[in-house]
Amino acid sequence: MTQRRKLTNWLIVLVALHGIIAAAGFFAPYDPVEQDRGRPYLPPMHLHMVDGQGHLHVRPFFYPLRLREGSFDQYEEDTAGAVPLRLFTRGAAYRLLGLIPSRLHLFGAVGARIHLLGTDAYGRDQLSRILYGGQVSLLAGLLGATVTLLLGALIGMAAGYYSGWRDELLMRVAELFLALPWLYLLFALRAFLPLAVSPLEAFLLVVVVIGMVGWARPARLVRGVVLSVKERDFVRAARGFGASDFYLLRHHIFPETASVLLTQAAILVPQFILAEMTLSFLGLGVPEPMSSWGNLLATLQQYSVLVSYWWMYLPALAIVPFFLGYLGLASALQQRTTPYKLEEKTGWNPS
Amino acid sequence: MRYFLRRTLHAVFLLFGVSLLTFLFSALTPGNYFDEMRLNPQISPETVSALRIQYQLDRPLPVRYAHWLNAVAHGELGFSFAYNSPVAPLLWVRARNTLALTVTAMLLAWLIALPLGVWSAARFGRAPDRVLSFTTATLLVVPDLVLALGLLILAVRTGWFPTGGLVSVNFDELSAPQKLRDLGFHLALPVIALVVATLPMLVRHVRASVAEALDAPFLRAALGHGIPRSKLLYGYALRAAANPLISLFGFSAGTLLSGSLLVEVVMSWPGLGPLLLESILARDLYVVIGGVLLSMLFLVGGNLFADILLYWADPRIRTAASAK
Repeated sequence: MTQRRKLTNWLIVLVALHGIIAAAGFFAPYDPVEQDRGRPYLPPMHLHMVDGQGHLHVRPFFYPLRLREGSFDQYEEDTAGAVPLRLFTRGAAYRLLGLIPSRLHLFGAVGARIHLLGTDAYGRDQLSRILYGGQVSLLAGLLGATVTLLLGALIGMAAGYYSGWRDELLMRVAELFLALPWLYLLFALRAFLPLAVSPLEAFLLVVVVIGMVGWARPARLVRGVVLSVKERDFVRAARGFGASDFYLLRHHIFPETASVLLTQAAILVPQFILAEMTLSFLGLGVPEPMSSWGNLLATLQQYSVLVSYWWMYLPALAIVPFFLGYLGLASALQQRTTPYKLEEKTGWNPS
Repeated sequence: MRYFLRRTLHAVFLLFGVSLLTFLFSALTPGNYFDEMRLNPQISPETVSALRIQYQLDRPLPVRYAHWLNAVAHGELGFSFAYNSPVAPLLWVRARNTLALTVTAMLLAWLIALPLGVWSAARFGRAPDRVLSFTTATLLVVPDLVLALGLLILAVRTGWFPTGGLVSVNFDELSAPQKLRDLGFHLALPVIALVVATLPMLVRHVRASVAEALDAPFLRAALGHGIPRSKLLYGYALRAAANPLISLFGFSAGTLLSGSLLVEVVMSWPGLGPLLLESILARDLYVVIGGVLLSMLFLVGGNLFADILLYWADPRIRTAASAK
């Protein structure tokens, strides 16, 4: 596969993945906060094609689950009434991408609720919560990466352009940030920010904390690029014509750092999604009733949940395809920008 | 000798910088431990302000920093508000457990990664190498948190390993070999999680640098001289490839510390991780600073060790250092 093909393929994969999460309302059968107290910890339902009498159905169907006699969390299939799965049904109202009001859902059922990935302690649909939770986690990762790259580009350009003591100081601080293990840094930053805040404030706080952790590496890379670019002939010529520092940085130097920043973005975004997950998992991030991949996993800290309800682990797996996509994109970008074959150097070959 | 001196100075500077940084962050804190206390109607405002003065939280930041530095010089790390005891002994017990976990995991990961990477590099591009590369690539996209939780669920459902704590409840009644076995059993799950989390990166790096070394003309010459294959791989190629790997050793200490923080919380291993989380939630300022600093000390220690190893392994560094 050529390098360009590789890049477009990974981009398509990522756009599709993000599209599913962005249009969570359509793909999720229910509202993520809608409770069904009568059905806590419902296990994932099975779709069938063949019923008890051996008849083949054209439409996949499922049996509603009912509580087993004398139990509070053990369910059995009610084989009396098969409920067919319907595509493009009308259900809970939502706003597509937060704008377009709609009631259309990819799938659903009439007469019984369908929970393909089970339900949580309050009977909320796990699949819907994972899809909506992805919006929070991905947005935190993307915004965090934007903050980091802005910060990194600004500091890197300042350090590279105005060499001397300013460069020394900034790079020593960057070294400090690079040396600290990132989770400790995340913890330390979070430790000194307020704890009891509203969900939206908590989300913004998470973005700020994540964004401030990772600026050092992009800053150093940008500085390296700036150091070499600022001595190039076209920059010197522009300076000779009387261009100001700001003009030079904005029009001649910043564009040269674009490829480094792009590659860094592909590396940082998945890390920051994971950072949000970690913070929320530990109770330092986005709180209930908002769902994010991290706080969906937080219930696993209860031993009883861990033992009995394995499907509460499923949100963890949601991040894996994103990790794969971003790693592939990062390596495709690196191959494009570095002349030698990256694969031989690092052994990284995702295809 | 001057080489070591320079590295040590660098380490001290780093520690100093981190302490300054965490103190600066703490100055930006909108709340502290006593704010929570003030909300408690059973504690009078006079008591709270007296406590504030006792712990010198009313003093300006530079004064507090100087006091704290002075305490550190005397082997103390400030005072924990929540535990009402000095921070150092508190941290020490936890740090021991964290060290036991990370050092075991680190040794194990490298002991597996070295032969596996060399084995893979010797078969570069052939079927076994491809299978291994694919496996490590797959493991690379599974984050620590996902891995640790998955392992925990596996352990709970199979009952193979205990799922938390340092030792069993009846630890005191066991004989010495039984004690060791019990500790090992409890250590197993977190260690496995950490090893699996770090192994793919290590194997890939070992494989890449050994494969590069294998390409060098001197190794082809050695092969032509009929030197046995195992000696060629481990005696010659690995040695030539050692330089970037030793640097990676220092770096892997950092990722392991981060990883262990998470694994400890997930698997309730009584190390620094749970303590740090607890003190963040309680706003126990000095415990947080102490914990971060202690982890930094481990990291710097690991890096210093890597530097010494590098000095011993790479003659180029020795000559460069003595030439100065």
